[in-house]
Amino acid sequence: MSDHLLEISGMHKSFGGLKVIDDVSFDVRRSSRTALIGPNGAGKTTIFNLLTGVYEIDAGTISVDGEDITDVPAQDRVTVGMSRSFQNIRLMPHLSTVENVMLGQHARARNLGNLMFPLGMMPRNNWRTAAEEALERAGVGTYPGEVVANLPYGVQKRIEVVRAMVSEPKLLLLDEPAAGLNKTETNQLQALLENVSDQGVTILVVEHDMQFVRDLCDHIVVLNFGRKIFEGTPEEVHQDPAVLEAYLGTDDDTAEAADVS
Amino acid sequence: MSGYMEAQLIILCLSIIYAYGIFLPAASGQLNLGAAGFITLGAYASAWFNAGTGAELPMWLSIMLAMVFTGVIAFAISFPILRTRGVYMVLATFAFAEVVSGIAINLEFVGGASGFPVDDHADVTVIVPVTILVILFSFYFMSTRLGLALRSIHDDESVATLFGVNVRTAKVVAFTVGAMLMSLGGSLYGHHYNYIEAQTFNVLLSIYILLYVLMGGTQTAWGPLIGAAFFAIVPETLREIAESAGLKWLAEGRFMMFGAFIVLLMVFRPEGVMTRTLQNRLGSGLFRQKKVVSDDAGGGS
Ligand SMILES: Nc1ncnc2c1ncn2[C@@H]1O[C@H](COP(=O)(O)OP(=O)(O)OP(=O)(O)O)[C@@H](O)[C@H]1O
Ligand SMILES: [Mg+2]
Repeated sequence: MSDHLLEISGMHKSFGGLKVIDDVSFDVRRSSRTALIGPNGAGKTTIFNLLTGVYEIDAGTISVDGEDITDVPAQDRVTVGMSRSFQNIRLMPHLSTVENVMLGQHARARNLGNLMFPLGMMPRNNWRTAAEEALERAGVGTYPGEVVANLPYGVQKRIEVVRAMVSEPKLLLLDEPAAGLNKTETNQLQALLENVSDQGVTILVVEHDMQFVRDLCDHIVVLNFGRKIFEGTPEEVHQDPAVLEAYLGTDDDTAEAADVS
Repeated sequence: MSGYMEAQLIILCLSIIYAYGIFLPAASGQLNLGAAGFITLGAYASAWFNAGTGAELPMWLSIMLAMVFTGVIAFAISFPILRTRGVYMVLATFAFAEVVSGIAINLEFVGGASGFPVDDHADVTVIVPVTILVILFSFYFMSTRLGLALRSIHDDESVATLFGVNVRTAKVVAFTVGAMLMSLGGSLYGHHYNYIEAQTFNVLLSIYILLYVLMGGTQTAWGPLIGAAFFAIVPETLREIAESAGLKWLAEGRFMMFGAFIVLLMVFRPEGVMTRTLQNRLGSGLFRQKKVVSDDAGGGS
């Protein structure tokens, strides 16, 4: 068993003539908490879209757990063991909170018996109970039956994370999970992710909140204009001149200033 | 029950069955204007199995064979049709219904343009229980994980895909099962009136059924029931009031009033009468949701 859960090598992606991802290679260590950071438009979300199969990769390979998944269709990547949350909330607006979370379980329930099981008619069933418990653990257990469209932003943001978690991925991809959360919510999210990580789940997180990144992550990959400009520990990242120049600035205040999106 | 009431009840039941047939695909965002096509297939196939083959199959078996026959055709055409979206799907399904109608009118062994008599009779004691079964089945179907997947597809197809939903298969199933329900409705129509003509199942019928469903709401299984009941009952009630009170203006203007009402409904409830939120609001009085008191679950910044 390789030490690396995710291996990206020679990844390229262009939109029209614009090179958005330019020869990016990096590995994500099993059970690590890796951050992918960089200025707006650096290509972080695009990498997530390439990993999950939303876009087709132009060149390069992606492997998860030693298996080359470059040509695996999007709907099957979740069964390979990858699941994600979205930068812009992509919950199903007409589904209730718990139904959104049960959608996250779909990949584990794709046989005929499970597909035809009346989730909505049985008020107590294992799937629903598991979804409610997952919400409870994330501190958003208050709203199981409510339609998500009417819930506060910070709550929706965390439901996104829960939905990704309940597919029981090996690799959890989180795109700016702390954006728009207040301090309490951010701490709660961090505790939740540490807990998930302790159970062996590998986390790859895109985040502008550098405090959150430093507290949570043990490894950082920095992207700028579609290229990888640095890779190392949180301590090292603050010493690297290229990173300071491109993203973090000379002191932390400017990093916070980049935190508006 | 008076003969008049019974006649109205039959119309209501058939409308409900048709509406669920359009609702199942609509719940995943498909706009199907081909109801008349599937109803025609069901009506003719069942009539023919029942009396045209020389084998003289019993009515219930003819109806079921007709459902299978319609299901096979719906499955086959679902692949090209589901490549289209929105208004293009409306056109594609409409075109399908026109083709079916054209074929039925020209097939001499089912009577051609002069219509086709149907042997066995289905009265209200058959149609009402079947309608109730269709309603129960639809509620069950929408409560399954497959139903959840269909509703997810309606909201965000690409996110549903990323969570492992096989979007194509789910849509094909909804389209095909819906077609089979409409086939069932069509068969019952034929066996009730004991005479069918392809011209009866025209585009106006397809439009009405799609309207029932969109007006009733596609988010919950209550929608088609409310939509069909409303459309079947309100114009008739207005007519009765007009007649008994001798209001000539109401008798003549009721369709105009009804039309105006539909426009208002579309303005004020564009997602249909029964939405998920409304269902919650009505339901929370009956089944209180568990509320965990927690301080930190409030709004983000
Ligand atoms: N579908 C697309 N078509 C064309 N250009 C795109 C597309 N998706 C992304 N881009 C471009 O690719 C670049 C990288 O975008 P991406 O969303 O990956 O950045 P990001 O690092 O996630 O930024 P942010 O921190 O603002 O979220 C941007 O210039 C963006 O405009
Ligand atoms: Mg982004």
